[in-house]
Amino acid sequence: MSKENIKTNQEYKYGFETKIDSFKAPKGLSEDTIKFISKIKKEPKWLLEWRLKAFSRLNKLKEPNWQKPKYPKINYQDLYYYSSPKSMKDKPKSLDEVDPKLLETYKKLGIPLNEQKKLSGVAVDAVFDSVSVATTFKDELTKKGIIFCSISEAIQKHPDLVKKYLGSVIPLTDHYFATLNSAVFTDGSFVYIPPNVRCPMELSTYFRINASETGQFERTLIIADKGSYVSYLEGCTAPMRDENQLHAANVELVALDDAEIKYSTVQNWYPGDENGVGGIYNFVTKRGACRGKNSKISWTQVETGSAITWKYPSCILQGDNSVGEFYSIAITNNHQKADTGTKMIHLGKNTKSKIISKGISAGKADNTYRGLVDIGKKAQNSRNYTQCDSLLMGNKCGAHTIPYIKNKNSTSTVEHEATTSKINEEQLFYCNQRGLDQEEAVSLIVNGFCKEVLQQLPMEFAVEAQKLVGISLEGSVG
Amino acid sequence: MLQIKNLKASINKKNILKGLDISINPGELHAIMGPNGSGKSTLANVLSGKSGYEISGEIKYKGKDLSELKVDERAQNGIFLAFQYPTEIPGVNTNNFLRTSLNKVRKARGEKALDALSFLKLMKEKASELGIEEKMLSRQLNVGFSGGEKKKNEILQMKILNPNLVVLDETDSGLDIDALKIIADGVNSFRDKANSFLVITHYQRLLDYIKPDFVHVLSDGKIIKSGSIELAKELEKTGYKNII
Repeated sequence: MSKENIKTNQEYKYGFETKIDSFKAPKGLSEDTIKFISKIKKEPKWLLEWRLKAFSRLNKLKEPNWQKPKYPKINYQDLYYYSSPKSMKDKPKSLDEVDPKLLETYKKLGIPLNEQKKLSGVAVDAVFDSVSVATTFKDELTKKGIIFCSISEAIQKHPDLVKKYLGSVIPLTDHYFATLNSAVFTDGSFVYIPPNVRCPMELSTYFRINASETGQFERTLIIADKGSYVSYLEGCTAPMRDENQLHAANVELVALDDAEIKYSTVQNWYPGDENGVGGIYNFVTKRGACRGKNSKISWTQVETGSAITWKYPSCILQGDNSVGEFYSIAITNNHQKADTGTKMIHLGKNTKSKIISKGISAGKADNTYRGLVDIGKKAQNSRNYTQCDSLLMGNKCGAHTIPYIKNKNSTSTVEHEATTSKINEEQLFYCNQRGLDQEEAVSLIVNGFCKEVLQQLPMEFAVEAQKLVGISLEGSVG
Repeated sequence: MLQIKNLKASINKKNILKGLDISINPGELHAIMGPNGSGKSTLANVLSGKSGYEISGEIKYKGKDLSELKVDERAQNGIFLAFQYPTEIPGVNTNNFLRTSLNKVRKARGEKALDALSFLKLMKEKASELGIEEKMLSRQLNVGFSGGEKKKNEILQMKILNPNLVVLDETDSGLDIDALKIIADGVNSFRDKANSFLVITHYQRLLDYIKPDFVHVLSDGKIIKSGSIELAKELEKTGYKNII
């Protein structure tokens, strides 16, 4: 697909492409590609072996196809697995050495990286295609013993932590896309919060796919040591193209005793055009382990982009009294499709989980909530509450709720509530009669519908997310 | 303010309004009474521009043809409908909704948007005039409101948005006498030389508290009789049957 095919006349305001020379691995998925990636990142031997093990496992795995949204076969040999701006090859030591074009890109995306203008109270790791461009507020965080850097840097500087936790939540052998990621992952963020430290600011990663015919395989690993707390947010955008691009990330979270991780996502990958051409395939594996007692992991996701979103951020509640939460808004418009939800695996005693899912479907889109609540034999006195609400706009879209519930002991309770409704003409009329136009009315009503989830987002991002909810549905009514 | 000539309206091929004429001058309050199914609520909907109706005839508002204006544009131009059944909008804070609404209307009038603080001050002042507790305003819009609270909220919005033409659609329905008095006081305090009212009601009771300049009887989509407050009193005694 040539670069000229990028469309510029649509409302997806992040659809621009940065013209920049990139340095790529040869096309195709092979041991050579993996060795190439590992070599360029100067990785230790154990990691290369780990990657190769994943690759040999991958060759035995089949791509799953039980999901609701189907897609044409992906030609894995026709993709680039590594793409880096040429200027990043020499590893700039400071922001002054970073290519101004890259800084300009993030500025345009609303993520200024230079010291004077950086977002207050939010430390950002910026990932461009396959590499991390810069991480802000590093010094302040280091003073508290917090490690926040790209995973590539962590592999060099903190190999023991990486070795101990990488793949400990999502094993090498997990499933096709997770295993693919383990073989070819390029960059992503690494966070370690030492015992009893409350991270003083939001940590955030901004993922940007720029190069065409390139898959993005990022890997994020967050470890909250005993008694610590961290709130982490990721954002994502990509240029508008006619081709579908694959994004297959792995995110692993580990919370030790009394630790809490709050992980928020505002996903706004290019969704494709109104005819369903182009857009990102967002096939992501996100899993958190509440390994210690009284630990807590909370996922919040606002999924508005991508041609297909297929992901189940999950919690493994190993520690006694641990808590897992999942708050989700999935908006699909035009031809977008989503099959998303969560898995709550209760293993420890007195573990609690809560699932609040809001699915909004417009145009010809299809939106599925799929979730598993699995309460093990030893997870006595455990509780789950699930609430799934679907909102339909128009007559051509679909909403589906597929809950799987397994309760293997008699002292635990599981509650599931689900509603499906159509956007209400009377509500729209009421808002119109008070002077709001159709799009403002839709945005207001849908934001109201999503409120329980939106209020889980860190304040700095809640306003942006509200706007995004409105923008994603523009033109969907009347 | 408002001139309606030979207004016909149908929905799903069912004729509801069948040639209605009415003219309202600035400062006047007209009451429209009529039995169930006579077309009262349709008139309110058509005036505010609700979609779904086939319409013919002429509606002029402030000298301009209304037919080209959408619901929100009519609202921004000063037409306010107090709903018979105000709808619930879950998750939307009442205060925020009203501020969004007011700032849309102000923008249309060429006025500056009110900041949160000035809005709150205005809101508190108007709310206390209607005996509305501030707590109610931080709740979700109309969600779990009692019948009285919903109607008070409509009148509060009227006072804040400061419209020129107010249509009250059976605002008295479902109200106890105390709430009715408060609503009537709210309406009366808003009456002045510039504002006009079209008060749609089934019962004469409301007109004991809100004195109309004119009373019209609507039956089968037409106004069949017009007069003063005495007409309403007569109706209350004899019922609609004797007139129709």
